Amino acid sequence: MALTKLDQLYRAVILDHSKHPRKQGVLDKATAQIELKNPTCGDVIQVQLAIEDNMIKDVRFDGSGCTISMSSASMMTEAILGKSIDEALMLADEFSGVVQGKEAVHQKELGDAMMLSGVSKFPARIKCATLSWKALEKALETDGTGVDGQLKHD
Amino acid sequence: MTVPYEELKKDFKILDQHVNDEPLVYLDNAATTQKPDAVLKAVEAYYNTSNANVHRGVHTLAERATTQFEGAREKVRRFINAPETAEVLFTRGTTTSLNWLAQSLGDLVVKPGDEIVISFMEHHSNIIPWQQLAKRKGAILKYIELTDEGMLDWNDLENKITDKTKIVSLTHVSNVLGVVNPIRKIADYVHGKGGLLVVDGAQAVPHMPVDVQELDADFYAFSGHKMMAPTGIGVLYGKRQWLDQMEPVEYGGEMIDFVELLDSTWKELPWKFEAGTPNIAGAIGLGAAIDYLENVGMSEIMDHEQNLVAYLMPKLEEIEGLTIFGPHKTEDRTGVIAFNIDGVHPHDVATAMDMEGVAVRAGHHCAQPLMNYLNQPATARASFYLYNTLADADKFVEALKATKEFFLHGLD
Ligand SMILES: Cc1ncc(COP(=O)(O)O)c(C=O)c1O
Repeated sequence: MALTKLDQLYRAVILDHSKHPRKQGVLDKATAQIELKNPTCGDVIQVQLAIEDNMIKDVRFDGSGCTISMSSASMMTEAILGKSIDEALMLADEFSGVVQGKEAVHQKELGDAMMLSGVSKFPARIKCATLSWKALEKALETDGTGVDGQLKHD
Repeated sequence: MTVPYEELKKDFKILDQHVNDEPLVYLDNAATTQKPDAVLKAVEAYYNTSNANVHRGVHTLAERATTQFEGAREKVRRFINAPETAEVLFTRGTTTSLNWLAQSLGDLVVKPGDEIVISFMEHHSNIIPWQQLAKRKGAILKYIELTDEGMLDWNDLENKITDKTKIVSLTHVSNVLGVVNPIRKIADYVHGKGGLLVVDGAQAVPHMPVDVQELDADFYAFSGHKMMAPTGIGVLYGKRQWLDQMEPVEYGGEMIDFVELLDSTWKELPWKFEAGTPNIAGAIGLGAAIDYLENVGMSEIMDHEQNLVAYLMPKLEEIEGLTIFGPHKTEDRTGVIAFNIDGVHPHDVATAMDMEGVAVRAGHHCAQPLMNYLNQPATARASFYLYNTLADADKFVEALKATKEFFLHGLD
């Protein structure tokens, strides 16, 4: 049956993140937050960060979307927790390469997020995978001094 | 069933292929339809034998191109039973048709404080032009509510349409719910209040007999590509009494009589609206598509799609956790079926079905106000056409069940 091919995309880890998302919810004290929408599909994600001395001390996400976008957000929170802003931005950049079929140098740091490399075979779903990472980038663009806004996904 | 639908399918080469190693079952006809050989051949023959610009030039090819282009207009006129070809304007599609109206009819009849009425089931192309017109004119835009089944709520329609209502613009068939709206009854009501009725026929004309005189719509818009014609050609029908008074939206070649330095005069209808070189090949393709559809018969096509829905509905209703939006009764709907599986996002559904060779759409279907109204961020949607068969319906149900299993229990 052709659905077996779906396993490339929806590995057990991915389904697990989507069913049991890590770091879902809201922070008491966020220093940066953002809401990003993908207008073509209606996915919405909020990402909140607590940044101290350039380090991501805590992170939460919330929102609604497909398995890929929600599991990717969950994986993203695990990958960036405890990282510096620069490291997090670097991972975001690498991740966007991974889902387009490029090799990643920091596979270990990306952790479970590497499981989404299969998305590269499903071009229509790449934006689902990168939504939370784009939100992270937008939130960090302001040096974590606190943004609250709504942005269109390009 | 008298029409050999299995045979018809062979007229569409694109349908004879495998997608992800499975035979393709194309169920995204509300987005766009496939083109039969006859349409592709007509376009090719035009380019190979008659290509020239229309309405300008006395040479033989120009004459041929003009005759074929205007011949296509006559086919459209007959197809929708418009009184005159002068009332049949070629556009790029439904979106352009509706934008022209919001611009030109809007300027003619809408004043500050007037009302424009649409509904919660409209496509963005039948919302935004009116929304912007309302903003431009200081007019009021109102939305007619829907019943629980997703049909227009007649009581609310009577509340919303008042003596101040200048334009009512409604879809004939919803591209999400598949609902068929009672256009004639609405037209009578709107006219009784002194308003004009615009109808978005994008999802109706391809699937059922449409007679604009019987419907008594003042304007009627549709797209060629949703009825087997090429992309980039569409139609705006309008009653002469209004078109005559309306200003053209675009200016340029082809649409003028005399051009002086400070002013110009327009050609007569329909050309006054058709500035620039039109989509000649598209119009000829649309003519060929109409021939194809008429050969099968519009009533037959409607019956065929209703049979498919009648066959499908009980099978779908049996699937636990499956929600179908819009009415379930076949007589109230066409072959557009929007659905969601509990706990599975429609995008995941569409990706999974694609792996089974079944092309369905997922998203907001250019109807965000409707999605909000239904309280759904998005839905999946299967939409059938005359080349779809009972076997396609079976494959659809099978893929749907497999998809649900995969996401709820995984593969073992
Ligand atoms: C009901 C309805 N109205 C309008 C449109 C817009 O048609 P087009 O994109 O061909 O202009 C569509 C198609 O997407 C539709 O389904």
